[in-house]
Amino acid sequence: MPPRLCALCNEARAILKRPKTGQQICKECFFWVFETEVHNTITEAELFKPGDRVAIGASGGKDSTVLAHVMKTLNERYQYGLELFLLSIDEGITGYRDDSLETVKRNQQQYDMPLKILSYNELYGWTMDAIVSQIGKKNNCTFCGVFRRQALDRGAASLHVDHIVTGHNADDIAETVLMNIMRGDIARLGRCTLICTQGEDTIKRSKPFKYAYEKEIVMYAYFKKLDYFSTECIYSPDAYRGHARVFLKDLEAARPSAIIDIIHSGETFEVKEEVKATQKTQQTCKRCGYMSSNELCKACTLLEGLERGMAAAAVTERARKKLDAEGPAPENLRTIPFYQQAHPPTNAAGLPI
Amino acid sequence: MSGLVSVKVEFSGGLELLFDNQRSHRVSVPSHVSTSGKKTLNNNEGTDAGEGRPADLAHLILWLRDNLLKEREELFVENGTVRPGILVLVNDTDWELEGEGDYQLRDGDDIVFISTLHGG
Repeated sequence: MPPRLCALCNEARAILKRPKTGQQICKECFFWVFETEVHNTITEAELFKPGDRVAIGASGGKDSTVLAHVMKTLNERYQYGLELFLLSIDEGITGYRDDSLETVKRNQQQYDMPLKILSYNELYGWTMDAIVSQIGKKNNCTFCGVFRRQALDRGAASLHVDHIVTGHNADDIAETVLMNIMRGDIARLGRCTLICTQGEDTIKRSKPFKYAYEKEIVMYAYFKKLDYFSTECIYSPDAYRGHARVFLKDLEAARPSAIIDIIHSGETFEVKEEVKATQKTQQTCKRCGYMSSNELCKACTLLEGLERGMAAAAVTERARKKLDAEGPAPENLRTIPFYQQAHPPTNAAGLPI
Repeated sequence: MSGLVSVKVEFSGGLELLFDNQRSHRVSVPSHVSTSGKKTLNNNEGTDAGEGRPADLAHLILWLRDNLLKEREELFVENGTVRPGILVLVNDTDWELEGEGDYQLRDGDDIVFISTLHGG
Protein backbone atom coordinates (compact mmCIF):
# COMPACT_ATOMS: atom_id res chain seq x y z
CA MET A 1 0.00 0.00 0.00
CA PRO A 2 1.52 3.39 -0.93
CA PRO A 3 1.64 5.80 2.02
CA ARG A 4 -1.27 8.21 2.05
CA LEU A 5 -0.40 11.86 2.04
CA CYS A 6 -1.74 14.35 4.54
CA ALA A 7 -5.07 15.87 3.43
CA LEU A 8 -3.94 19.27 4.68
CA CYS A 9 -0.32 19.76 3.57
CA ASN A 10 -0.22 17.14 0.82
CA GLU A 11 3.42 16.55 1.65
CA ALA A 12 3.96 14.40 4.69
CA ARG A 13 2.65 10.90 5.29
CA ALA A 14 -0.70 10.72 7.10
CA ILE A 15 -0.48 9.16 10.54
CA LEU A 16 -3.95 9.74 11.95
CA LYS A 17 -7.56 9.61 10.89
CA ARG A 18 -9.48 12.38 12.61
CA PRO A 19 -12.65 11.03 14.23
CA LYS A 20 -14.45 14.35 13.82
CA THR A 21 -13.93 14.74 10.10
CA GLY A 22 -12.50 11.47 8.79
CA GLN A 23 -9.56 13.45 7.39
CA GLN A 24 -6.21 11.71 7.19
CA ILE A 25 -3.45 13.99 8.37
CA CYS A 26 0.25 14.05 9.22
CA LYS A 27 1.80 14.58 12.63
CA GLU A 28 2.69 18.26 12.27
CA CYS A 29 -0.69 19.18 10.79
CA PHE A 30 -2.38 17.21 13.56
CA PHE A 31 -0.58 19.21 16.26
CA TRP A 32 -1.47 22.40 14.45
CA VAL A 33 -5.19 21.70 13.94
CA PHE A 34 -5.65 20.28 17.43
CA GLU A 35 -4.10 23.35 19.05
CA THR A 36 -5.86 25.77 16.69
CA GLU A 37 -9.26 24.25 17.39
CA VAL A 38 -8.73 24.68 21.12
CA HIS A 39 -7.61 28.26 20.48
CA ASN A 40 -10.79 28.85 18.47
CA THR A 41 -12.91 27.37 21.25
CA ILE A 42 -11.24 29.74 23.72
CA THR A 43 -11.57 32.86 21.60
CA GLU A 44 -15.12 32.21 20.38
CA ALA A 45 -16.33 31.75 23.95
CA GLU A 46 -14.21 34.72 25.12
CA LEU A 47 -13.05 32.67 28.08
CA PHE A 48 -10.18 34.85 29.27
CA LYS A 49 -8.98 38.41 29.55
CA PRO A 50 -5.34 39.49 29.46
CA GLY A 51 -3.91 39.40 32.97
CA ASP A 52 -6.26 36.63 34.15
CA ARG A 53 -4.87 34.22 36.68
CA VAL A 54 -5.90 30.74 35.56
CA ALA A 55 -5.57 27.47 37.48
CA ILE A 56 -5.39 24.25 35.52
CA GLY A 57 -7.10 21.45 37.45
CA ALA A 58 -4.36 18.84 37.19
CA SER A 59 -4.78 15.19 38.09
CA GLY A 60 -1.72 13.82 36.32
CA GLY A 61 -4.03 12.01 33.88
CA LYS A 62 -4.02 12.36 30.11
CA ASP A 63 -6.60 15.13 29.75
CA SER A 64 -5.18 17.57 32.27
CA THR A 65 -1.60 16.84 31.21
CA VAL A 66 -2.43 17.66 27.59
CA LEU A 67 -4.46 20.67 28.74
CA ALA A 68 -1.49 22.08 30.68
CA HIS A 69 0.74 21.59 27.64
CA VAL A 70 -1.73 23.18 25.21
CA MET A 71 -2.60 26.09 27.53
CA LYS A 72 1.08 26.90 27.88
CA THR A 73 1.63 26.62 24.13
CA LEU A 74 -1.35 28.83 23.23
CA ASN A 75 -0.63 31.37 25.95
CA GLU A 76 2.82 31.87 24.42
CA ARG A 77 1.83 31.60 20.75
CA TYR A 78 -1.12 34.00 20.89
CA GLN A 79 0.05 36.13 23.81
CA TYR A 80 -3.05 35.61 25.93
CA GLY A 81 -1.22 37.24 28.83
CA LEU A 82 -2.44 34.62 31.30
CA GLU A 83 -0.72 33.64 34.49
CA LEU A 84 -1.03 29.86 34.65
CA PHE A 85 -1.01 27.65 37.74
CA LEU A 86 -1.39 23.93 38.35
CA LEU A 87 -3.93 23.01 41.01
CA SER A 88 -4.18 19.44 42.24
CA ILE A 89 -6.47 17.86 44.74
CA ASP A 90 -5.11 15.03 46.85
CA GLU A 91 -8.09 12.87 47.72
CA GLY A 92 -5.95 10.62 49.89
CA ILE A 93 -6.16 7.38 47.90
CA THR A 94 -3.07 5.28 48.51
CA GLY A 95 -1.68 3.64 45.39
CA TYR A 96 -3.67 5.92 43.11
CA ARG A 97 -3.50 9.60 43.85
CA ASP A 98 -0.13 9.51 45.53
CA ASP A 99 1.35 8.10 42.30
CA SER A 100 -0.49 10.48 40.00
CA LEU A 101 0.62 13.47 42.10
CA GLU A 102 4.21 12.50 41.33
CA THR A 103 3.30 13.00 37.67
CA VAL A 104 1.88 16.44 38.44
CA LYS A 105 5.08 17.36 40.25
CA ARG A 106 7.06 16.42 37.16
CA ASN A 107 4.64 18.49 35.04
CA GLN A 108 5.36 21.44 37.34
CA GLN A 109 9.04 21.19 36.36
CA GLN A 110 8.39 20.45 32.69
CA TYR A 111 5.93 23.31 32.21
CA ASP A 112 7.49 25.67 34.72
CA MET A 113 4.21 26.56 36.43
CA PRO A 114 3.57 27.04 40.15
CA LEU A 115 1.77 24.06 41.70
CA LYS A 116 -0.68 24.03 44.58
CA ILE A 117 -1.80 20.74 46.12
CA LEU A 118 -4.77 20.78 48.49
CA SER A 119 -5.70 17.59 50.31
CA TYR A 120 -9.05 16.34 51.56
CA ASN A 121 -7.28 15.56 54.80
CA GLU A 122 -6.19 19.18 55.22
CA LEU A 123 -9.60 20.60 54.31
CA TYR A 124 -12.05 18.04 55.69
CA GLY A 125 -9.95 15.97 58.10
CA TRP A 126 -10.79 12.85 56.09
CA THR A 127 -8.92 11.04 53.33
CA MET A 128 -10.87 8.96 50.81
CA ASP A 129 -9.12 5.91 52.29
CA ALA A 130 -10.62 6.78 55.69
CA ILE A 131 -14.05 7.53 54.17
CA VAL A 132 -14.14 4.21 52.32
CA SER A 133 -13.07 2.34 55.45
CA GLN A 134 -16.11 3.84 57.19
CA ILE A 135 -18.77 3.75 54.47
CA GLY A 136 -17.56 1.05 52.08
CA LYS A 137 -17.21 1.38 48.33
CA LYS A 138 -20.84 2.06 47.60
CA ASN A 139 -21.59 5.80 47.25
CA ASN A 140 -18.00 6.77 47.87
CA CYS A 141 -17.94 8.57 44.49
CA THR A 142 -20.62 10.93 45.85
CA PHE A 143 -18.30 12.03 48.66
CA CYS A 144 -15.35 12.31 46.36
CA GLY A 145 -17.25 14.37 43.77
CA VAL A 146 -18.75 16.83 46.25
CA PHE A 147 -15.49 17.20 48.15
CA ARG A 148 -13.43 17.68 45.00
CA ARG A 149 -15.64 20.44 43.64
CA GLN A 150 -15.38 22.48 46.78
CA ALA A 151 -11.68 21.69 47.24
CA LEU A 152 -10.92 22.96 43.73
CA ASP A 153 -12.71 26.25 44.43
CA ARG A 154 -10.93 26.66 47.75
CA GLY A 155 -7.57 25.81 46.25
CA ALA A 156 -8.25 28.32 43.48
CA ALA A 157 -9.24 30.99 46.00
CA SER A 158 -6.00 30.50 47.87
CA LEU A 159 -4.12 31.03 44.61
CA HIS A 160 -6.23 34.15 43.97
CA VAL A 161 -7.15 32.93 40.52
CA ASP A 162 -10.09 34.15 38.42
CA HIS A 163 -10.64 30.97 36.55
CA ILE A 164 -10.23 27.20 36.75
CA VAL A 165 -9.88 25.22 33.53
CA THR A 166 -10.46 21.47 33.54
CA GLY A 167 -9.58 18.76 31.05
CA HIS A 168 -13.16 17.61 30.40
CA ASN A 169 -13.26 16.52 26.77
CA ALA A 170 -15.98 16.02 24.17
CA ASP A 171 -16.43 12.37 25.15
CA ASP A 172 -16.93 13.36 28.81
CA ILE A 173 -19.54 15.95 27.89
CA ALA A 174 -21.44 13.64 25.55
CA GLU A 175 -21.41 11.04 28.32
CA THR A 176 -22.85 13.55 30.78
CA VAL A 177 -25.59 14.54 28.32
CA LEU A 178 -26.58 10.86 28.04
CA MET A 179 -26.48 10.38 31.80
CA ASN A 180 -28.65 13.41 32.47
CA ILE A 181 -31.19 12.11 29.96
CA MET A 182 -31.11 8.65 31.48
CA ARG A 183 -31.57 10.09 34.98
CA GLY A 184 -34.25 12.57 33.90
CA ASP A 185 -32.12 15.37 35.29
CA ILE A 186 -33.37 17.98 32.86
CA ALA A 187 -32.13 20.99 34.82
CA ARG A 188 -28.58 19.65 34.65
CA LEU A 189 -29.06 18.69 31.02
CA GLY A 190 -29.53 22.38 30.28
CA ARG A 191 -26.27 23.29 31.98
CA CYS A 192 -23.93 20.40 31.28
CA THR A 193 -22.94 21.52 27.80
CA LEU A 194 -22.01 25.06 28.84
CA ILE A 195 -18.37 25.74 28.19
CA CYS A 196 -18.11 28.12 31.14
CA THR A 197 -20.05 28.10 34.38
CA GLN A 198 -19.95 30.50 37.26
CA GLY A 199 -21.70 30.25 40.58
CA GLU A 200 -22.99 33.29 42.45
CA ASP A 201 -19.62 34.29 43.85
CA THR A 202 -17.32 31.48 42.93
CA ILE A 203 -14.55 31.33 40.47
CA LYS A 204 -15.30 30.69 36.78
CA ARG A 205 -14.83 27.18 35.51
CA SER A 206 -14.41 26.22 31.94
CA LYS A 207 -13.63 23.41 29.58
CA PRO A 208 -11.36 24.38 26.69
CA PHE A 209 -11.42 20.73 25.47
CA LYS A 210 -15.21 20.76 25.14
CA TYR A 211 -14.95 19.87 21.45
CA ALA A 212 -11.75 17.81 21.62
CA TYR A 213 -12.13 14.09 21.09
CA GLU A 214 -10.56 11.77 23.60
CA LYS A 215 -8.89 9.87 20.78
CA GLU A 216 -7.10 13.02 19.65
CA ILE A 217 -6.10 13.97 23.19
CA VAL A 218 -4.53 10.55 23.69
CA MET A 219 -2.85 10.67 20.27
CA TYR A 220 -1.54 14.15 21.02
CA ALA A 221 -0.05 12.91 24.30
CA TYR A 222 1.43 9.90 22.51
CA PHE A 223 3.06 11.79 19.66
CA LYS A 224 4.28 14.61 21.93
CA LYS A 225 5.54 11.96 24.38
CA LEU A 226 3.84 13.70 27.28
CA ASP A 227 4.26 12.25 30.70
CA TYR A 228 0.92 11.17 32.14
CA PHE A 229 -0.48 8.69 34.61
CA SER A 230 -3.19 6.20 33.83
CA THR A 231 -4.67 3.88 36.36
CA GLU A 232 -8.27 3.45 37.27
CA CYS A 233 -9.28 4.72 40.69
CA ILE A 234 -9.03 1.78 43.07
CA TYR A 235 -12.44 2.50 44.57
CA SER A 236 -15.26 1.28 42.41
CA PRO A 237 -15.90 3.74 39.61
CA ASP A 238 -19.31 5.27 39.05
CA ALA A 239 -21.17 2.31 37.56
CA TYR A 240 -23.86 4.33 35.84
CA ARG A 241 -21.29 6.51 34.12
CA GLY A 242 -19.48 3.34 33.12
CA HIS A 243 -22.54 2.13 31.20
CA ALA A 244 -22.92 5.49 29.46
CA ARG A 245 -19.25 5.38 28.56
CA VAL A 246 -19.34 1.91 27.02
CA PHE A 247 -22.50 2.79 25.13
CA LEU A 248 -20.91 5.97 23.78
CA LYS A 249 -17.74 4.15 22.70
CA ASP A 250 -19.88 1.61 20.83
CA LEU A 251 -21.74 4.43 19.09
CA GLU A 252 -18.45 6.12 18.21
CA ALA A 253 -17.09 2.91 16.71
CA ALA A 254 -20.11 2.77 14.39
CA ARG A 255 -20.22 6.50 13.66
CA PRO A 256 -17.40 8.73 14.91
CA SER A 257 -19.42 11.93 14.68
CA ALA A 258 -21.81 10.57 17.36
CA ILE A 259 -19.92 12.38 20.12
CA ILE A 260 -20.11 15.83 18.60
CA ASP A 261 -23.72 15.13 17.53
CA ILE A 262 -24.77 14.32 21.10
CA ILE A 263 -23.12 17.51 22.40
CA HIS A 264 -24.97 19.44 19.70
CA SER A 265 -28.25 17.86 20.79
CA GLY A 266 -27.50 18.77 24.40
CA GLU A 267 -26.74 22.36 23.43
CA THR A 268 -29.92 22.85 21.48
CA PHE A 269 -32.39 21.39 23.97
CA GLU A 270 -34.71 24.10 25.21
CA VAL A 271 -35.31 23.61 28.90
CA LYS A 272 -38.74 24.95 29.92
CA GLU A 273 -38.79 27.86 32.31
CA GLU A 274 -40.88 25.83 34.79
CA VAL A 275 -38.15 23.22 34.92
CA LYS A 276 -35.49 25.84 35.45
CA ALA A 277 -37.64 27.40 38.19
CA THR A 278 -37.61 24.18 40.22
CA GLN A 279 -33.93 24.74 40.87
CA LYS A 280 -33.46 26.17 44.31
CA THR A 281 -32.00 29.62 44.53
CA GLN A 282 -28.37 29.78 45.54
CA GLN A 283 -27.46 30.86 49.03
CA THR A 284 -24.42 30.67 51.25
CA CYS A 285 -23.83 27.73 53.54
CA LYS A 286 -24.40 28.94 57.09
CA ARG A 287 -21.58 26.76 58.38
CA CYS A 288 -18.76 27.16 55.88
CA GLY A 289 -19.76 30.06 53.63
CA TYR A 290 -19.59 28.07 50.40
CA MET A 291 -22.34 28.45 47.82
CA SER A 292 -25.25 26.13 48.49
CA SER A 293 -28.84 25.49 47.53
CA ASN A 294 -29.74 24.64 51.14
CA GLU A 295 -28.89 26.07 54.55
CA LEU A 296 -26.02 23.64 54.71
CA CYS A 297 -23.94 22.87 51.66
CA LYS A 298 -23.56 19.32 50.47
CA ALA A 299 -19.97 19.03 51.70
CA CYS A 300 -20.90 20.17 55.22
CA THR A 301 -23.80 17.72 55.31
CA LEU A 302 -21.57 14.87 54.15
CA LEU A 303 -18.87 15.82 56.65
CA GLU A 304 -21.38 16.00 59.49
CA GLY A 305 -22.65 12.55 58.56
CA LEU A 306 -19.12 11.17 58.59
CA GLU A 307 -18.23 12.82 61.90
CA ARG A 308 -21.41 11.55 63.55
CA GLY A 309 -21.00 8.08 62.11
CA MET A 310 -24.09 8.41 59.90
CA ALA A 311 -22.44 8.80 56.56
CA ALA A 312 -25.51 8.03 54.46
CA ALA A 313 -27.05 11.31 55.70
CA ALA A 314 -26.47 13.38 52.61
CA VAL A 315 -26.92 10.53 50.18
CA THR A 316 -30.54 9.75 50.92
CA GLU A 317 -33.32 12.00 52.12
CA ARG A 318 -34.46 9.47 54.72
CA ALA A 319 -31.06 9.22 56.33
CA ARG A 320 -30.86 13.02 56.40
CA LYS A 321 -34.14 13.15 58.35
CA LYS A 322 -32.79 10.55 60.73
CA LEU A 323 -29.69 12.66 61.28
CA ASP A 324 -31.84 15.72 62.00
CA ALA A 325 -33.99 13.69 64.38
CA GLU A 326 -30.87 12.80 66.36
CA GLY A 327 -30.63 16.43 67.32
CA PRO A 328 -28.49 19.39 66.25
CA ALA A 329 -24.85 19.01 65.32
CA PRO A 330 -22.65 18.87 68.41
CA GLU A 331 -20.72 22.02 69.28
CA ASN A 332 -17.32 20.43 68.84
CA LEU A 333 -18.11 18.98 65.40
CA ARG A 334 -15.26 19.24 62.93
CA THR A 335 -16.25 21.69 60.20
CA ILE A 336 -14.76 23.02 57.01
CA PRO A 337 -12.84 26.30 57.41
CA PHE A 338 -14.98 29.30 56.46
CA TYR A 339 -14.79 30.09 52.77
CA GLN A 340 -13.41 33.45 51.84
CA GLN A 341 -13.83 34.40 48.26
CA ALA A 342 -10.77 36.11 46.96
CA HIS A 343 -11.48 39.37 45.17
CA PRO A 344 -8.59 39.74 42.82
CA PRO A 345 -7.93 43.15 41.33
CA THR A 346 -9.78 43.53 38.07
CA ASN A 347 -7.50 44.06 35.14
CA ALA A 348 -7.33 47.43 33.52
CA ALA A 349 -7.87 46.39 29.92
CA GLY A 350 -10.84 44.17 30.66
CA LEU A 351 -11.19 43.05 27.07
CA PRO A 352 -11.64 39.38 26.33
CA ILE A 353 -8.97 37.50 24.45
CA MET B 1 10.49 -19.36 4.81
CA SER B 2 10.34 -18.99 8.52
CA GLY B 3 7.13 -19.92 10.28
CA LEU B 4 7.23 -17.00 12.67
CA VAL B 5 6.90 -13.25 12.46
CA SER B 6 8.52 -11.21 15.20
CA VAL B 7 6.92 -7.94 16.33
CA LYS B 8 7.27 -5.49 19.19
CA VAL B 9 4.09 -4.90 21.17
CA GLU B 10 3.51 -2.06 23.61
CA PHE B 11 0.64 -1.46 26.00
CA SER B 12 -0.13 1.83 27.70
CA GLY B 13 -2.89 4.02 29.08
CA GLY B 14 -3.58 1.39 31.75
CA LEU B 15 -3.72 -1.64 29.41
CA GLU B 16 -0.30 -2.77 30.65
CA LEU B 17 -2.05 -3.75 33.90
CA LEU B 18 -3.72 -6.61 32.04
CA PHE B 19 -0.35 -7.79 30.74
CA ASP B 20 1.61 -8.36 33.93
CA ASN B 21 2.18 -4.62 34.30
CA GLN B 22 4.79 -4.80 31.55
CA ARG B 23 4.56 -2.19 28.82
CA SER B 24 6.83 -3.57 26.16
CA HIS B 25 6.95 -7.12 24.82
CA ARG B 26 8.71 -8.79 21.91
CA VAL B 27 6.64 -11.63 20.56
CA SER B 28 6.88 -14.15 17.75
CA VAL B 29 3.64 -15.35 16.28
CA PRO B 30 2.97 -17.91 13.51
CA SER B 31 3.41 -16.11 10.20
CA HIS B 32 0.44 -17.91 8.70
CA VAL B 33 -2.86 -18.87 10.16
CA SER B 34 -5.16 -21.65 9.17
CA THR B 35 -7.76 -20.31 6.76
CA SER B 36 -10.63 -21.90 8.59
CA GLY B 37 -11.25 -21.04 12.19
CA LYS B 38 -11.41 -24.66 13.28
CA LYS B 39 -8.86 -27.38 12.84
CA THR B 40 -9.68 -29.85 10.14
CA LEU B 41 -8.29 -33.28 9.35
CA ASN B 42 -6.35 -31.83 6.40
CA ASN B 43 -4.30 -29.70 8.77
CA ASN B 44 -2.44 -32.76 9.93
CA GLU B 45 -1.11 -33.42 6.46
CA GLY B 46 0.25 -30.01 5.55
CA THR B 47 3.52 -28.45 6.72
CA ASP B 48 3.09 -25.94 9.51
CA ALA B 49 4.56 -22.96 7.66
CA GLY B 50 3.42 -21.39 4.44
CA GLU B 51 -0.10 -22.68 4.74
CA GLY B 52 -3.24 -20.62 5.11
CA ARG B 53 -3.39 -16.84 5.00
CA PRO B 54 -0.64 -14.53 6.32
CA ALA B 55 -1.07 -13.45 9.93
CA ASP B 56 -2.78 -10.08 10.27
CA LEU B 57 -3.38 -7.67 13.13
CA ALA B 58 -6.76 -9.23 13.96
CA HIS B 59 -4.93 -12.51 14.44
CA LEU B 60 -2.27 -10.87 16.61
CA ILE B 61 -4.96 -9.45 18.90
CA LEU B 62 -6.43 -12.90 19.50
CA TRP B 63 -2.95 -14.37 19.88
CA LEU B 64 -2.13 -11.77 22.54
CA ARG B 65 -5.36 -12.57 24.33
CA ASP B 66 -4.56 -16.29 24.34
CA ASN B 67 -0.85 -16.11 25.08
CA LEU B 68 0.08 -12.88 26.86
CA LEU B 69 -2.98 -11.51 28.61
CA LYS B 70 -3.04 -12.19 32.33
CA GLU B 71 -6.44 -10.99 33.46
CA ARG B 72 -9.81 -9.48 32.58
CA GLU B 73 -9.93 -10.45 28.93
CA GLU B 74 -13.15 -8.44 28.43
CA LEU B 75 -11.20 -5.21 28.97
CA PHE B 76 -9.04 -5.97 25.92
CA VAL B 77 -11.11 -7.92 23.42
CA GLU B 78 -14.74 -7.57 22.44
CA ASN B 79 -16.44 -9.21 19.46
CA GLY B 80 -13.17 -10.54 18.09
CA THR B 81 -11.31 -7.23 18.05
CA VAL B 82 -10.02 -4.68 20.55
CA ARG B 83 -12.65 -3.16 22.75
CA PRO B 84 -13.93 0.24 21.57
CA GLY B 85 -11.86 2.97 23.22
CA ILE B 86 -8.53 1.22 22.67
CA LEU B 87 -6.32 2.97 20.13
CA VAL B 88 -3.98 0.93 17.96
CA LEU B 89 -0.90 2.22 16.16
CA VAL B 90 1.12 0.34 13.57
CA ASN B 91 4.65 1.72 13.26
CA ASP B 92 3.39 5.00 14.76
CA THR B 93 0.42 5.26 12.40
CA ASP B 94 -3.23 5.06 13.40
CA TRP B 95 -4.36 1.54 12.43
CA GLU B 96 -7.46 3.05 10.83
CA LEU B 97 -5.13 4.11 8.01
CA GLU B 98 -3.61 0.64 7.73
CA GLY B 99 -6.72 -1.43 7.23
CA GLU B 100 -7.22 -2.10 10.95
CA GLY B 101 -7.44 -5.85 11.62
CA ASP B 102 -6.62 -6.70 7.99
CA TYR B 103 -3.12 -5.23 8.23
CA GLN B 104 -0.60 -7.99 7.47
CA LEU B 105 2.12 -8.31 10.06
CA ARG B 106 5.75 -7.89 9.00
CA ASP B 107 8.93 -8.73 10.84
CA GLY B 108 10.00 -5.85 13.06
CA ASP B 109 6.61 -4.13 13.18
CA ASP B 110 5.94 -1.97 16.19
CA ILE B 111 2.37 -2.32 17.42
CA VAL B 112 1.06 -0.02 20.18
CA PHE B 113 -2.19 -0.43 22.10
CA ILE B 114 -3.36 2.55 24.19
CA SER B 115 -6.44 2.54 26.35
CA THR B 116 -8.36 5.81 26.41
CA LEU B 117 -10.74 4.48 29.01
CA HIS B 118 -8.82 5.41 32.10
CA GLY B 119 -9.39 8.55 34.11
CA GLY B 120 -8.29 11.92 32.83
